[in-house]
Amino acid sequence: MAAHKPRPLSPHLQVYKPQLTSAMSIFHRITGIGLALGLPVFVLWLLLLAGDQPTYDKFIKIAHTLPAQLALLGWTWAFFYHLCTGIRHLLWDAGHFLKIKDVYKTGYIALAVSTALTVYVAYQYLWVAS
Amino acid sequence: MKSVMRSLRSPLGRVRGLGSAHAGTEHWIGQRLTSLALIPLSLYPVVTFFLAANHGGYGALRDWLHSPISATAVILFLLVGFHHAANGLQVVIEDYVHCECAKSATLFVIKFGSLALALAGTLATLKIMLGA
Repeated sequence: MAAHKPRPLSPHLQVYKPQLTSAMSIFHRITGIGLALGLPVFVLWLLLLAGDQPTYDKFIKIAHTLPAQLALLGWTWAFFYHLCTGIRHLLWDAGHFLKIKDVYKTGYIALAVSTALTVYVAYQYLWVAS
Repeated sequence: MKSVMRSLRSPLGRVRGLGSAHAGTEHWIGQRLTSLALIPLSLYPVVTFFLAANHGGYGALRDWLHSPISATAVILFLLVGFHHAANGLQVVIEDYVHCECAKSATLFVIKFGSLALALAGTLATLKIMLGA
Protein backbone atom coordinates (compact mmCIF):
# COMPACT_ATOMS: atom_id res chain seq x y z
CA MET A 1 0.00 0.00 0.00
CA ALA A 2 1.28 3.47 -0.89
CA ALA A 3 2.36 5.64 2.03
CA HIS A 4 0.39 8.80 2.72
CA LYS A 5 1.69 11.62 0.56
CA PRO A 6 1.45 15.05 2.21
CA ARG A 7 -1.48 16.92 0.74
CA PRO A 8 -0.61 20.02 -1.31
CA LEU A 9 -1.14 23.28 0.61
CA SER A 10 -2.49 26.44 -0.95
CA PRO A 11 0.03 29.30 -1.19
CA HIS A 12 0.11 31.36 1.98
CA LEU A 13 -0.36 35.06 2.73
CA GLN A 14 3.10 36.37 1.83
CA VAL A 15 2.78 35.19 -1.78
CA TYR A 16 -0.01 37.64 -2.51
CA LYS A 17 0.20 41.35 -3.18
CA PRO A 18 -1.44 43.22 -0.28
CA GLN A 19 -4.81 44.63 -1.27
CA LEU A 20 -7.49 46.69 0.47
CA THR A 21 -9.74 43.63 0.63
CA SER A 22 -7.22 41.29 2.26
CA ALA A 23 -5.79 43.97 4.55
CA MET A 24 -9.25 44.96 5.83
CA SER A 25 -10.13 41.30 6.37
CA ILE A 26 -7.09 40.63 8.55
CA PHE A 27 -7.58 43.91 10.43
CA HIS A 28 -11.15 42.87 11.24
CA ARG A 29 -9.66 39.84 12.97
CA ILE A 30 -6.83 41.77 14.66
CA THR A 31 -9.20 44.45 16.01
CA GLY A 32 -11.50 41.65 17.21
CA ILE A 33 -8.65 40.12 19.21
CA GLY A 34 -7.73 43.57 20.54
CA LEU A 35 -11.28 44.27 21.66
CA ALA A 36 -11.50 40.85 23.34
CA LEU A 37 -8.39 41.86 25.32
CA GLY A 38 -10.12 45.13 26.23
CA LEU A 39 -13.12 43.43 27.81
CA PRO A 40 -11.20 42.27 30.94
CA VAL A 41 -10.05 45.88 31.44
CA PHE A 42 -13.68 47.02 31.27
CA VAL A 43 -14.57 44.38 33.90
CA LEU A 44 -11.69 45.59 36.08
CA TRP A 45 -13.07 49.12 35.76
CA LEU A 46 -16.52 47.92 36.88
CA LEU A 47 -15.04 45.97 39.81
CA LEU A 48 -13.10 49.02 41.00
CA LEU A 49 -16.20 51.18 40.56
CA ALA A 50 -18.03 48.78 42.89
CA GLY A 51 -15.27 49.36 45.47
CA ASP A 52 -14.10 52.48 47.32
CA GLN A 53 -13.20 55.78 45.69
CA PRO A 54 -9.46 56.07 46.61
CA THR A 55 -8.67 52.76 44.84
CA TYR A 56 -10.84 53.81 41.89
CA ASP A 57 -9.01 57.15 41.66
CA LYS A 58 -5.66 55.33 41.49
CA PHE A 59 -6.96 53.36 38.49
CA ILE A 60 -8.13 56.56 36.77
CA LYS A 61 -4.74 58.16 37.45
CA ILE A 62 -3.06 55.25 35.62
CA ALA A 63 -5.67 55.54 32.85
CA HIS A 64 -4.62 59.17 32.32
CA THR A 65 -0.95 58.33 31.67
CA LEU A 66 0.22 58.54 28.06
CA PRO A 67 0.60 54.78 27.38
CA ALA A 68 -2.89 54.11 28.75
CA GLN A 69 -4.37 56.97 26.72
CA LEU A 70 -2.67 55.59 23.60
CA ALA A 71 -4.10 52.15 24.36
CA LEU A 72 -7.52 53.75 24.82
CA LEU A 73 -7.13 55.52 21.48
CA GLY A 74 -6.23 52.18 19.87
CA TRP A 75 -9.24 50.49 21.46
CA THR A 76 -11.49 53.34 20.31
CA TRP A 77 -10.34 52.92 16.72
CA ALA A 78 -10.54 49.11 16.96
CA PHE A 79 -14.09 49.43 18.33
CA PHE A 80 -15.35 51.63 15.50
CA TYR A 81 -13.40 49.75 12.82
CA HIS A 82 -14.69 46.35 13.97
CA LEU A 83 -18.21 47.81 14.24
CA CYS A 84 -18.12 49.20 10.66
CA THR A 85 -16.51 46.17 9.04
CA GLY A 86 -18.79 43.93 11.12
CA ILE A 87 -21.86 45.65 9.64
CA ARG A 88 -20.21 45.19 6.22
CA HIS A 89 -19.84 41.46 6.94
CA LEU A 90 -23.53 41.23 7.95
CA LEU A 91 -24.55 42.95 4.70
CA TRP A 92 -22.41 40.48 2.73
CA ASP A 93 -24.02 37.57 4.60
CA ALA A 94 -27.41 38.96 3.54
CA GLY A 95 -26.18 38.93 -0.06
CA HIS A 96 -25.53 42.64 -0.63
CA PHE A 97 -22.48 44.54 -2.00
CA LEU A 98 -20.71 41.39 -3.18
CA LYS A 99 -19.53 42.79 -6.55
CA ILE A 100 -15.83 43.68 -6.37
CA LYS A 101 -16.61 47.37 -7.06
CA ASP A 102 -19.03 47.45 -4.10
CA VAL A 103 -16.57 45.59 -1.89
CA TYR A 104 -14.04 48.39 -2.47
CA LYS A 105 -16.67 51.12 -2.08
CA THR A 106 -17.99 49.76 1.25
CA GLY A 107 -14.39 49.19 2.34
CA TYR A 108 -13.48 52.85 1.83
CA ILE A 109 -16.72 53.92 3.54
CA ALA A 110 -15.95 51.70 6.57
CA LEU A 111 -12.41 53.13 6.78
CA ALA A 112 -13.63 56.72 6.51
CA VAL A 113 -16.50 56.33 8.99
CA SER A 114 -14.44 54.49 11.61
CA THR A 115 -11.59 57.01 11.36
CA ALA A 116 -13.98 59.98 11.58
CA LEU A 117 -15.77 58.52 14.63
CA THR A 118 -12.41 57.78 16.29
CA VAL A 119 -11.20 61.36 15.79
CA TYR A 120 -14.50 62.73 17.14
CA VAL A 121 -14.60 60.45 20.17
CA ALA A 122 -10.88 60.86 20.90
CA TYR A 123 -11.41 64.63 20.91
CA GLN A 124 -14.57 64.38 23.05
CA TYR A 125 -13.60 61.75 25.60
CA LEU A 126 -9.86 61.34 25.72
CA TRP A 127 -8.03 64.63 25.40
CA VAL A 128 -10.75 67.00 26.60
CA ALA A 129 -11.41 65.05 29.79
CA SER A 130 -7.78 64.60 30.79
CA MET B 1 -14.91 3.33 -2.80
CA LYS B 2 -12.25 1.02 -1.44
CA SER B 3 -11.49 3.25 1.53
CA VAL B 4 -15.18 3.32 2.40
CA MET B 5 -15.43 -0.46 2.27
CA ARG B 6 -12.61 -0.78 4.78
CA SER B 7 -14.81 0.84 7.40
CA LEU B 8 -17.84 -0.84 8.89
CA ARG B 9 -19.78 2.43 8.72
CA SER B 10 -22.08 2.94 5.78
CA PRO B 11 -21.35 5.82 3.39
CA LEU B 12 -24.59 7.49 4.55
CA GLY B 13 -23.53 7.22 8.20
CA ARG B 14 -20.22 8.88 7.38
CA VAL B 15 -21.80 11.73 5.51
CA ARG B 16 -24.87 12.55 7.56
CA GLY B 17 -24.37 15.70 9.59
CA LEU B 18 -20.62 15.53 9.35
CA GLY B 19 -18.85 18.48 7.78
CA SER B 20 -15.08 18.73 7.86
CA ALA B 21 -15.23 20.01 11.43
CA HIS B 22 -18.31 17.96 12.42
CA ALA B 23 -20.05 21.09 13.72
CA GLY B 24 -20.35 24.79 13.14
CA THR B 25 -23.78 25.91 11.97
CA GLU B 26 -24.98 27.08 15.41
CA HIS B 27 -21.61 28.73 15.98
CA TRP B 28 -21.85 30.61 12.67
CA ILE B 29 -25.43 31.76 13.28
CA GLY B 30 -24.60 32.65 16.90
CA GLN B 31 -21.72 34.83 15.77
CA ARG B 32 -24.03 36.76 13.41
CA LEU B 33 -26.85 37.14 15.94
CA THR B 34 -24.53 38.39 18.69
CA SER B 35 -22.86 40.84 16.29
CA LEU B 36 -26.26 42.23 15.31
CA ALA B 37 -27.26 42.56 18.97
CA LEU B 38 -23.93 44.19 19.84
CA ILE B 39 -24.50 47.16 17.51
CA PRO B 40 -26.86 48.87 19.99
CA LEU B 41 -25.61 46.90 23.03
CA SER B 42 -22.02 48.08 22.65
CA LEU B 43 -22.75 51.62 21.46
CA TYR B 44 -25.23 52.64 24.17
CA PRO B 45 -23.57 51.40 27.39
CA VAL B 46 -19.95 51.98 26.35
CA VAL B 47 -20.51 55.50 25.02
CA THR B 48 -22.67 56.51 28.00
CA PHE B 49 -20.15 54.93 30.38
CA PHE B 50 -17.29 56.99 28.95
CA LEU B 51 -19.45 60.14 28.99
CA ALA B 52 -20.34 59.65 32.68
CA ALA B 53 -16.72 58.79 33.52
CA ASN B 54 -15.46 62.03 32.02
CA HIS B 55 -18.24 64.28 33.30
CA GLY B 56 -18.20 63.62 37.03
CA GLY B 57 -16.18 60.41 37.43
CA TYR B 58 -16.79 57.97 40.28
CA GLY B 59 -20.00 59.53 41.61
CA ALA B 60 -21.57 60.17 38.21
CA LEU B 61 -20.81 56.64 37.00
CA ARG B 62 -22.31 55.08 40.12
CA ASP B 63 -25.39 57.32 39.86
CA TRP B 64 -25.83 56.24 36.27
CA LEU B 65 -25.56 52.55 37.24
CA HIS B 66 -28.20 52.98 39.98
CA SER B 67 -30.81 52.93 37.22
CA PRO B 68 -31.94 49.37 36.42
CA ILE B 69 -32.08 50.30 32.71
CA SER B 70 -28.40 51.32 32.61
CA ALA B 71 -27.44 48.29 34.68
CA THR B 72 -29.39 46.01 32.31
CA ALA B 73 -27.65 47.57 29.31
CA VAL B 74 -24.20 47.06 30.85
CA ILE B 75 -24.97 43.47 31.90
CA LEU B 76 -26.40 42.60 28.47
CA PHE B 77 -23.29 44.13 26.87
CA LEU B 78 -21.08 41.97 29.12
CA LEU B 79 -22.99 38.73 28.46
CA VAL B 80 -23.39 39.15 24.69
CA GLY B 81 -19.96 40.78 24.35
CA PHE B 82 -18.07 37.98 26.11
CA HIS B 83 -20.06 35.37 24.18
CA HIS B 84 -19.14 37.08 20.88
CA ALA B 85 -15.49 37.51 21.94
CA ALA B 86 -15.16 33.86 23.00
CA ASN B 87 -16.73 32.70 19.73
CA GLY B 88 -14.41 34.94 17.71
CA LEU B 89 -11.26 33.89 19.59
CA GLN B 90 -12.31 30.26 19.16
CA VAL B 91 -12.28 30.66 15.37
CA VAL B 92 -8.84 32.31 15.50
CA ILE B 93 -7.45 29.49 17.67
CA GLU B 94 -8.98 26.81 15.43
CA ASP B 95 -7.42 28.49 12.38
CA TYR B 96 -3.87 28.77 13.70
CA VAL B 97 -3.36 26.22 16.50
CA HIS B 98 -3.25 22.71 15.09
CA CYS B 99 -1.83 20.79 18.04
CA GLU B 100 -4.91 19.18 19.59
CA CYS B 101 -3.61 19.50 23.15
CA ALA B 102 -2.69 23.19 23.00
CA LYS B 103 -5.92 23.87 21.13
CA SER B 104 -8.24 22.34 23.70
CA ALA B 105 -6.31 23.92 26.58
CA THR B 106 -6.51 27.40 25.01
CA LEU B 107 -10.19 27.00 24.16
CA PHE B 108 -10.89 25.94 27.74
CA VAL B 109 -9.10 29.00 29.14
CA ILE B 110 -10.96 31.30 26.72
CA LYS B 111 -14.40 29.86 27.43
CA PHE B 112 -14.02 29.54 31.18
CA GLY B 113 -12.24 32.91 31.44
CA SER B 114 -15.03 34.63 29.48
CA LEU B 115 -17.65 33.09 31.72
CA ALA B 116 -15.80 34.11 34.90
CA LEU B 117 -15.17 37.68 33.73
CA ALA B 118 -18.75 38.16 32.52
CA LEU B 119 -19.97 36.94 35.91
CA ALA B 120 -17.57 39.23 37.81
CA GLY B 121 -18.63 42.27 35.77
CA THR B 122 -22.30 41.42 36.21
CA LEU B 123 -21.96 41.08 39.99
CA ALA B 124 -20.04 44.37 40.22
CA THR B 125 -22.79 46.11 38.23
CA LEU B 126 -25.50 44.54 40.41
CA LYS B 127 -23.67 45.60 43.56
CA ILE B 128 -23.58 49.24 42.40
CA MET B 129 -27.20 49.13 41.19
CA LEU B 130 -28.45 47.80 44.53
CA GLY B 131 -26.34 50.37 46.36
CA ALA B 132 -24.64 47.73 48.50
